[in-house]
Amino acid sequence: MGTHNYNFTEQFEFTGKAKTLSIIAIVIGIAAIAYGFSAGEHERTFANLLLMAYYFACVCMSGLFFLAVQFVAQAGWSASILRVPQAMAKTLPIAAVILVAVIGAGLATHNLYHHWSAPGLTDVNSENYDKLIDGKSAFLNVPFFMGRQVVFLSVYSFFALLLTKLSNNEDLEGGLNSYRKSFKYSCIFLVIYGFTTPIFAFDTVMSLEAHWFSTMFGWYNFAAMWVSSLATIAIIIILLKKSGYMSWVNNSHLHNLGQFIFGFSIFWTYVWFAQFMLIYYANIPEETVYFYKRFDQYEFWFYLNLVLNFLSPVLLLMDRDNKRAENILLTVSIVVLCGHWVDYYQMIMPGTVEEHHKFGIVEIGTAAGFVGLFTFTVLTALSKKPLIAKNHPFLQESLNHHL
Amino acid sequence: MSNIKYILGSFGDPDDLMHGIEQLQANNIKIHDVYTPMPIHGIEAKLGIKRSRLDILAFFCGITGTMSAFALIYLTSVVDWKHNIGGKPALALPDFIPIMFELTILFCAFSLVGAYYASTHLFPGRAPRVMDLRATDDRFIIAVDAQTNVDHGKIDGLLKDAGALEVKHNERKYISYE
Repeated sequence: MGTHNYNFTEQFEFTGKAKTLSIIAIVIGIAAIAYGFSAGEHERTFANLLLMAYYFACVCMSGLFFLAVQFVAQAGWSASILRVPQAMAKTLPIAAVILVAVIGAGLATHNLYHHWSAPGLTDVNSENYDKLIDGKSAFLNVPFFMGRQVVFLSVYSFFALLLTKLSNNEDLEGGLNSYRKSFKYSCIFLVIYGFTTPIFAFDTVMSLEAHWFSTMFGWYNFAAMWVSSLATIAIIIILLKKSGYMSWVNNSHLHNLGQFIFGFSIFWTYVWFAQFMLIYYANIPEETVYFYKRFDQYEFWFYLNLVLNFLSPVLLLMDRDNKRAENILLTVSIVVLCGHWVDYYQMIMPGTVEEHHKFGIVEIGTAAGFVGLFTFTVLTALSKKPLIAKNHPFLQESLNHHL
Repeated sequence: MSNIKYILGSFGDPDDLMHGIEQLQANNIKIHDVYTPMPIHGIEAKLGIKRSRLDILAFFCGITGTMSAFALIYLTSVVDWKHNIGGKPALALPDFIPIMFELTILFCAFSLVGAYYASTHLFPGRAPRVMDLRATDDRFIIAVDAQTNVDHGKIDGLLKDAGALEVKHNERKYISYE
């Protein structure tokens, strides 16, 4: 322990290579989406847009969740890295607008959610009448569905902006007022978030195959978004550290993030497996259809998903020294992020493009575009404020963090 | 040789204790062990204590549990008495996983509790090993082996200079052995 001389006014400058590359990635994304539409593959392009918009929103949402968990747990170790999840939370409104736009456009053009929103499904006299969907139509109808999306995402965005504003006030005024308020609003947020994310996941992804349902699906998605967000936070911090910022982050902070990624990768596998095993064991046709499709048409992706999201973090992050090593943690975080793309891919594609799934320009381009957009927006938000919350009450504990 | 086995420096403050350790180490006096009522960050590195091998033990106990569970299910429901459950093959691996998972944790947890008791001599019926009872309460103790470090006066002086509230010369290693 000892006193440190860190520069508490250090600010990230978003210029140069990072900015150029993210803009290039956005251009590639727009080109790929334009290509997808011009080649007549509307459904495939919409599926990819939904995948990446959902991924983008989930990572930002879970950044806010990270922030709230730190406040509610009164965690000290993370006080000096909170600006990174704050920047992600601040980006949530943008992500929310994009997700709602994609979902709205997909519904309007019947490229998404046609399992429950196609015309005539709930009309008894129509030849398309579907009794099951008619039974679910009190919940799955366009106004209520869009209403839920808008309400959930705006409530999350409201808390995101509130928590970042309080942190801003703390910087200006000091004292414990902002911290106490952050604690209170984080508690409220976590209750709301805990009850609404499963419904959010049911709506956005599970209703793509509206005849099938799984009560585990909400937590399965929650685990996926939480672990991918942790990996993102780790990547941003390591890259900032490598380019000379955040000199106060030591390998104990990385160790904590590594433990989080390791633990929640196993949690993801646990929930994934719980959903799989119950369906496998019960062997009821209306449930097994979900995995039948994935075994039959997506076998490679199905197994790749487990390798990337379970085996690689378990084997690479089990060792204590690996969690503390910048480069290994960076590699695993990138693998996990790619892994959850694969995870979302085999959640979304069978309910949209069915057996006509492809992996090509549209997939890679859309993913690159959204990665670029995420980098651009988050780094812009990050560059607005100093990289450390200098009046956070637990800052000294975080600076002296040792594990 | 004197009858004194251990010299104990009793400190009231962890910072003084750290200072005492530095003083002894600077004078090449080997420290037997340090007892504190609470964990002190960085003390392992300062004393050069090797990393615990608990994780290695945990791994092997866990894997023993996994294999025991697999052997149990395999021998009972694949080799000895096959059941037809939902028309699945007898060796339906996904069904085995929850049991394998639970036994992994059970074996791991039980053997680690056992290993903890064995290594700290806290097994029921065994006397605990305590050099100074106040190390479990409010004092920070540095223990120096008095048999191998003969210059007792110098050790006393170093400990007192570093801020020891009390220096004891114990003729028995563990005062808790009655």
